[in-house]
Amino acid sequence: MSESHGGYYLPQPSYWPLVGSVGLFLALGGFAHFLVDHGSPLWMISGFVILAIMMFGWFGTVIHESGSGAYNAQVDRSFRMGMAWFIFSEVMFFAAFFGALFYMRIFAEPWLGGASNNFFTHQWLYPDYVAHWPSNGPGTVGGKFGQMPAWGLPAINTLILLSSGVTVTWAHWGLKKNNRGQLILGLFMTVALGALFVGLQAFEYHHAYTELNLKLSTGAYGSTFFMLTGFHGLHVTIGAIMLLVVLLRSVKGHFSPHHHFAFEAAAWYWHFVDVVWLGLFIFVYWLA
Amino acid sequence: MSTTMTHDAGHHEEHPTGIKRWLFTTNHKDIGTLYLWFSFTMFLIGGTFALVIRAELFEPGLQIVNPQFFNMMTTMHGLVMIFGAIMPGFVGLANWQIPLMVGAPDMALPRMNNWSFWLLPFAATMLVAPMFMGAHFMDGNGPWFGWTFYAPLSLQYNHLAYFVFAIHLLGISSIMGAINIIATILNMRAPGMTLMKMPLFVWTWLITAFLLIAVMPVLAGCVTMLLTDKYFGTSFFNAAGGGDPVLFQHVFWFFGHPEVYIMILPAFGIVSQIIPTFARKKLFGYSSMVYATASIAFLSFIVWAHHMFTVGMPVAGELFFMYATVLIAVPTGVKVFNWVATMWRGSMTFEPPMLWAISFVFLFTIGGLSGIMLAVVPADVQYQDTYFVVAHFHYVLVTGALFGIIGAVYYWLPKWTGNMYSDKLAKWHFWLSLVSVNLTFFPMHFTGLAGMPRRYADYPLEFTRFNQWSSVGAFIFGFSQLLLLILVIKCIRGGQKATSEVWEGAEGLEWTVPSPAPYHTFAIAPEVK
Repeated sequence: MSESHGGYYLPQPSYWPLVGSVGLFLALGGFAHFLVDHGSPLWMISGFVILAIMMFGWFGTVIHESGSGAYNAQVDRSFRMGMAWFIFSEVMFFAAFFGALFYMRIFAEPWLGGASNNFFTHQWLYPDYVAHWPSNGPGTVGGKFGQMPAWGLPAINTLILLSSGVTVTWAHWGLKKNNRGQLILGLFMTVALGALFVGLQAFEYHHAYTELNLKLSTGAYGSTFFMLTGFHGLHVTIGAIMLLVVLLRSVKGHFSPHHHFAFEAAAWYWHFVDVVWLGLFIFVYWLA
Repeated sequence: MSTTMTHDAGHHEEHPTGIKRWLFTTNHKDIGTLYLWFSFTMFLIGGTFALVIRAELFEPGLQIVNPQFFNMMTTMHGLVMIFGAIMPGFVGLANWQIPLMVGAPDMALPRMNNWSFWLLPFAATMLVAPMFMGAHFMDGNGPWFGWTFYAPLSLQYNHLAYFVFAIHLLGISSIMGAINIIATILNMRAPGMTLMKMPLFVWTWLITAFLLIAVMPVLAGCVTMLLTDKYFGTSFFNAAGGGDPVLFQHVFWFFGHPEVYIMILPAFGIVSQIIPTFARKKLFGYSSMVYATASIAFLSFIVWAHHMFTVGMPVAGELFFMYATVLIAVPTGVKVFNWVATMWRGSMTFEPPMLWAISFVFLFTIGGLSGIMLAVVPADVQYQDTYFVVAHFHYVLVTGALFGIIGAVYYWLPKWTGNMYSDKLAKWHFWLSLVSVNLTFFPMHFTGLAGMPRRYADYPLEFTRFNQWSSVGAFIFGFSQLLLLILVIKCIRGGQKATSEVWEGAEGLEWTVPSPAPYHTFAIAPEVK
């Protein structure tokens, strides 16, 4: 509830949102042009460049306004709500892909093998198919493949991400105690662990493609495996970039023990990415 | 809290002029206006597509367009109306009204508010552009697979990536808009306005915004799976690879069913504002209205597969989704009962907003009842994919959602422009619309029950008479909407000056500010007792 509307900061007109729209339009329209018409990827690249410029400009404005003390506690609450609901929307995005995975494993695979009321479908369409998981379907789309075991790299990656959750909390404690050394070291370790995670994930993908013949196009298993871990990896990368920016701002001394929403937003996002990984580890790797 | 600096406090009515005002604005009223004009433009475009459909269906046989083009019209009509007209229309109303109704100086995140709007014209361009990508004008490269874009049919569409990314842009816009609305409602209310004192339009939008944030990302996931199935070799919807085309329908309708409530809950809120004003009574059963809205929102997540009764689900699934769907009639019935009870023994007058609200209660209920018929599995086996379904969802979306938006425009237009509109023109608009909308959609119940399937450019001879009524009605309805355009333009340009209160029985914070509402309102929060 509000106590001080008089102090709620209302920004001046801004051209950054429009720049963002042009950037997104070029990025996605350019990508579609590339996929559909096999056109030049330059449109897409220019779109992403404009988006990057927009983020520098827009976030730069926000940082400047925050630094000049424009935001009161009520504005801060709006930011918190915005970030929390944004993370909820991300949760629902992942839910769509987890839902696809569960549907395939619980329903689609057994049904293709003749379970439930699918006896005749099975007889006529795929009489030789025995339901199993991991599967690339009755058509063995993508050819024979090997499964990605849970207790190698993925287990190590789990440890890495969980540790990074600890280091980012340790950094937060440092910030709250006004101990900048602890803050910067904690953030540095978190970003480093994030980068290590992404690096190991890339190594795992390389292994899957070259040695296991496990590809994005390897039927249901390949589709769910790479889309889930791929989008997660993308989110780890985004989270690591956010934390890197927070690290650089910490070095510049932007944050105070009581005023550091950017840090908390990045940390929330990092924990969200962490939790998604636990779901992935259990349902994509371990119980596969 | 500290009263540091409010940038605009010093120079109240100042803002950039000309095109820059609209491109760069962070003002909720400007952005609301942009949303509403965008919505109306898309409404006319989508309406034109509908008239192409009705012109072709005036007679059996193929007269005007080829079947491919006809498919494109049905698809684009649905997409443009849902994502271009109805949803942005409600967001425009939210932008204008929610800060005024909760006593906030603006939306919580004004710059992001601008971005939510300014993504829309780009998204609409990307959606429509493929229609013009061909050797000839309107060659028919636009989407042609129905607005539900079922796989594997949509996977055969050669411009699919443009469609997918247009949906992504629309989704990003909706999510940001919804986040803004939630933050505004939860964080910006005037002191004393507890949650259970909020106007119902605000309540219904709070719940709608939650639905948007919950399901727009699922739609994004759905189109992303289509994109990778089409261009990157995944097998989500390919049974040979272990996927399932039915999976598409589950993911799509997990979004799609809450989506239809996204398009009706704010209209419930609007009607709950209008009826008490013109019945000069407090809304009957305020708290039950809030709980009913929340119940409908909850149920919307567990009924999606009633859109898929004939796809070959296990019987247990059919039963679950049938019973869950029929349950929705309970909270919806509570709402209709409360609206009628509010009018009961009220001092009713029939100004234009009230006419739209009352016709909403009647006609939306018809759509709701045909919905219960469709929810019953054995009956649905007969009705599915016929014009009965078309009649059902046009009763809830045209005489429901759209009538709600138009009623809201008539209700709040004097507050926006500072002028009263022409009552005579408004009544012409209402009565022409009311008669023609029923002439258009009521016969579709009969053509549907008689077995005429949806989405065909041609039909057997015996359906001719009913189709001709529908077509005549559609053209009258379509051209009647131009009266609204004329009325709004005239109202902006002048007319009898509106008072602050505008309507005799109106209650709420928005009626305490002058008409037209100043560029900045509630810089100091009002006190709500």
